Amino acid sequence: MPRRHSPTSPTAAPPSPSAPPSPSAPPSPPSPSAPPSGPAPPSGPAATAGLAIEATGLTKTYAGGVRALDGISFAVPAGTVFGLLGPNGAGKSTTVKILTTLSRAGGGKARVAGFDVDRQAALVRRSIGLVSQASGVDPEATGRENIVLQGRLHGMRGPALAARADELLERFGLAGAADRVARTYSGGMARKLDVAIGLVQRPRVLFLDEPTTGLDPEARAEMWAEIDRLAQAGLTILLTTHYLEEADRLAAQVAIVEGGRIVAQGSPDELKSALRGDAVHLSLAAVPDAGAVSVLTAALRARAGATEVSAEGRQVHARVADGAASLPAVFAAVAEAGLVVTAATVARPSLDDVYLRHVGRRFAAGAGADPGTETREVA
Amino acid sequence: MATDTTLSVADDPTTVPPAGGDTGGGGDGPERGASLLSQSAWLTVRQLRALLRQPAYLSISLVQAVIWLPLFGSLFHKVVDVPGFGSRSYFDYLTPGVVMMSAMFSSGWSGMSMINDMTSGVMNRLLAAPARRLALIAGSLGYTAVVITIQTGIIILLGWALGAHYGPASALIVVAAILLAFVVAALSDGLALLVRQEESLIAAVNFLVLPLTFLSSAMVSKTVMPGWIRTVTRFNPVDWAVTAARSAASAHPDWATIGGHLGYLAALALVSALLAGRAFSVYRRAM
Repeated sequence: MPRRHSPTSPTAAPPSPSAPPSPSAPPSPPSPSAPPSGPAPPSGPAATAGLAIEATGLTKTYAGGVRALDGISFAVPAGTVFGLLGPNGAGKSTTVKILTTLSRAGGGKARVAGFDVDRQAALVRRSIGLVSQASGVDPEATGRENIVLQGRLHGMRGPALAARADELLERFGLAGAADRVARTYSGGMARKLDVAIGLVQRPRVLFLDEPTTGLDPEARAEMWAEIDRLAQAGLTILLTTHYLEEADRLAAQVAIVEGGRIVAQGSPDELKSALRGDAVHLSLAAVPDAGAVSVLTAALRARAGATEVSAEGRQVHARVADGAASLPAVFAAVAEAGLVVTAATVARPSLDDVYLRHVGRRFAAGAGADPGTETREVA
Repeated sequence: MATDTTLSVADDPTTVPPAGGDTGGGGDGPERGASLLSQSAWLTVRQLRALLRQPAYLSISLVQAVIWLPLFGSLFHKVVDVPGFGSRSYFDYLTPGVVMMSAMFSSGWSGMSMINDMTSGVMNRLLAAPARRLALIAGSLGYTAVVITIQTGIIILLGWALGAHYGPASALIVVAAILLAFVVAALSDGLALLVRQEESLIAAVNFLVLPLTFLSSAMVSKTVMPGWIRTVTRFNPVDWAVTAARSAASAHPDWATIGGHLGYLAALALVSALLAGRAFSVYRRAM
């Protein structure tokens, strides 16, 4: 079942005036459900309270005139997972590169963790973890060395850093391979190491650029579980993906990117609801006669606002704005036609339908996205 | 360490060091985090570890370091008989030259590590962390210094075995080699950031190393050079290094010559390193 993370309200992390810990502070105790109880965020010019990422009108044109970004704007509330969804070349990775200070936008502004990515790049770098699309694992170093080096660059050291590395290796199931060079790791292990590297200094915002591309289904499921855990611990995550299912499952808010622009934005449910097209499938106890079908069709239109009603044998199909909510009206319409329902199914539109609507073509099936609908048996 | 797997690390996402004292933070200005020295040192350690884990590469490099001296020694040994050459043994003359040529070759490939890091994604990971840009260059130079010290030591010992004589200031040969290697490695790093592909870097290194070696007094005394080459040598850092090293190895070191040439080299190394650091902003624009 998909789990969603409702946006944490900005007050979920009460600013505490206590002295902020040094980066080498011991790891916080496990607190699966507690909201982040950390110290106050850096007293940077937090322009808009509660926003971990704000991008406004980002543009980027590469040498040769390729326009990679054509005015990208979005905002990510602190403590939520935001998905940038789109095909390869849509501008997702370019956006991540700008937000992580790796690249410089041609125009527009962006703040991450309250800091301007251009003028306060150093502070942004202090606040983020990056798991980039191309990985960032040094293949000639061991898993532990990879993590420790990243910690050192962040100014961590000594026993605190060693303990943090052990902790991450343990958590990502890499303890047994900790002292092997990463070249020998499987794709799934390397990706986990990537995430561990991104977390060593306890970032405020984690960028995951296509974290599951190229992973086998099992490794992908593990990665999803891990991202879920991070999200539930209150970390702000920007996730790019070309897997619809991944965005649907992990992200509270999704922006569909195409041709360097955002073509649709909202929660996966909102985007799907905007299509006004849940499918309702009814199974009747008996094949209705033509008169009953026409009464049923009219009643469904009148009572449930249904469109595209069709009947084949005992099966009746209709599209309604909100399938689950309109079921009582649907049942009433069936009763009006003097018919009996034996089963009813509501199928929500998938993000694939959303994508189709906004991008004008179906998502590449080769991307491995789950083309199925999210189906709920209701009767 | 925490084995409670349900949420052993409820990462506290707000744990970030205080940011109050930022210096107004111009983009690539003083970055916070570990100090420049510490970051450079750990990046050096990273490269040394990788080197030690590639025994094949290591042994080929060592063989390469010892092959030039006997090779050139037998090829050119009659050259000391040329009137005006003025050295007792060709190995006396040749050893500093081979030291510098080997230093050029080793350090010329420094940028290859940068390109490998770009390919593997490590570069972006380092750049998105608060790693100072200069630390990335300095880390690479630290590695170069270690490698060149060992390599130069081997060649000096080999020269001694083949009959070269060393004066009291011979340790300065190593200093000259390191400074020359710094110049070449920093330029190689900077070039790597600009061209971002192996082929271009290989071409550039091959284009420069041998001509610069032969446009210096590494192999042949200036007294027997054509005039135009003698003029070129005055502006060739390879020649500065060879001249300083040769004087340092002699029985009567000429301190003014040594100091002057090492000074030029140090200044050029500094400029090269700063240029390489600047190349990161070009790299960023191209990203």
